Amino acid sequence: MTRISVTVDGVSYTDEVEPRTLLVHYLREVVGKVGTVVGCDTSNCGACTVHLDGRSVKSCNVLAVQADGHEVTTIEGLATNGELHPMQAAFHDNHALQCGYCTPGMIMQAVDLLRENPHPTEDEIRQGMEGNLCRCTGYHNIVKAVAAAAGASERSDA
Amino acid sequence: MIPAAFDYVAPTSLDEALSVLAEAGDDAKVLAGGQSLLPILRMRLNAPEKVVDLGRIEALRGVRDGGDHVAIGAMTPYADVLGDALVREHAGLLARAVETVADPQIRHRGTVGGALVHADPAGDVGAPVLALDATMVVVGPGGERTVPAGEFFRDLFETAVGDGELLTEIRIPKHTGWGSAYEKFVRVSHQWSIVAVAATVRVEGGSIAEAKVGLTNMGSTPLRATAVEQALVGSSASALADACAAAADGTNPPSDLNGDADYRRHLVTVLTRRAVQKAMEG
Ligand SMILES: Cc1cc2nc3c(=O)[nH]c(=O)nc-3n(C[C@H](O)[C@H](O)[C@H](O)COP(=O)(O)OP(=O)(O)OC[C@H]3O[C@@H](n4cnc5c(N)ncnc54)[C@H](O)[C@@H]3O)c2cc1C
Ligand code: FES
Ligand code: FES
Repeated sequence: MTRISVTVDGVSYTDEVEPRTLLVHYLREVVGKVGTVVGCDTSNCGACTVHLDGRSVKSCNVLAVQADGHEVTTIEGLATNGELHPMQAAFHDNHALQCGYCTPGMIMQAVDLLRENPHPTEDEIRQGMEGNLCRCTGYHNIVKAVAAAAGASERSDA
Repeated sequence: MIPAAFDYVAPTSLDEALSVLAEAGDDAKVLAGGQSLLPILRMRLNAPEKVVDLGRIEALRGVRDGGDHVAIGAMTPYADVLGDALVREHAGLLARAVETVADPQIRHRGTVGGALVHADPAGDVGAPVLALDATMVVVGPGGERTVPAGEFFRDLFETAVGDGELLTEIRIPKHTGWGSAYEKFVRVSHQWSIVAVAATVRVEGGSIAEAKVGLTNMGSTPLRATAVEQALVGSSASALADACAAAADGTNPPSDLNGDADYRRHLVTVLTRRAVQKAMEG
């Protein structure tokens, strides 16, 4: 076992983990952040996307021990004081989900995308979300939601 | 899926990493960004007793100006290479290829050094590094040595980096003012290259003064299209097709569900022409 200290959604945790524990399993099973889900075995689907030190990563493809001393944000850490993050609100307003399974990962990646490129074109949104698969929506409303969130942040910048 | 159990060490210096590796021998595996190794461990295609994480060795990360070359630390993530001004200005071809690798999440973790040592023939960084005549810095128990990119790739998943050794730096001679393009052919987004071509050219007075062309997934290692490079000298943008027709010479492409070898031999000539054309435009 290895002792790790990780800040998850603003709270610090110290735990003993087996080195082979994947970050996603640590988040779900030890910390209880079940909002982050596993959708595949190949690191293709992006459902498990979280932010590690502010950058999006697939938490099924990171070991918990690699996150020792670092900061993780999950989908559960986005809302503040019970108010949805603008990206969560945009997904809600634009019907950007059906079953909702891909949604936590989609939203985390979309937030990262706007951090790197606050005013993406439609093509840049599609490219920036290429590591996230949705089996329901046909992506159309997801792209619309990300564009809407970008527009909203533009208005609040002004 | 969950990897088999292993011991984990995260050395904070290169010397420490080398002595851990020397002690562990065959039973150890080096972990860089983990974007190839962790899927392998999860599928239990490999089950090392010890995993040596290079992620805490700061000296292996970052890009610096080496005078006549750009020096990229082996542990520099793709995303940092993409955002780096030195790489963009002096080794544009590498940036063009890196932006096609996988997806943003994987580019935040995966490293250029890890990709080169992993040496997947469909991987996208081998061909540009080969075409740019890079030099690899390899460190082992016996000290440091440099390996030209042309001698680095040995076979499928096999490089000049031996057991107990580490790739520490990739030195890319400055190609300032060269145009470059990476033409990656895939059927769906987020796919590995079926074939890809890395081309960089120096244009003088509207025609090509020097050209360098690297090929992805046209054999068990990245390849240089030397016949094309020679034929391109003196070509103008309107006369590229003839020079690019030789792109498949000396290659040995695989046949698989994405296409047979003949299909790839044809594809590579088309992609070479497109890549060179784009490279001439900037
Ligand atoms: C879904 C998915 C899609 C992908 N798509 C693409 C793609 O389109 N194109 C592409 O090129 N790649 C793709 N990749 C692979 C990706 O580029 C990997 O990140 C890269 O191949 C490995 O880099 P890493 O830093 O993650 O290395 P790791 O996975 O940590 O290591 C890879 C291997 O290299 C060894 N190693 C690593 N660093 C060193 C070092 N410094 N010295 C000695 N040995 C070392 C390790 O022991 C291991 O054997 C994809 C991966 C995934 C999961
Ligand atoms: S569960 Fe991580 S990418 Fe699918
Ligand atoms: S909403 Fe069902 S997978 Fe995306």
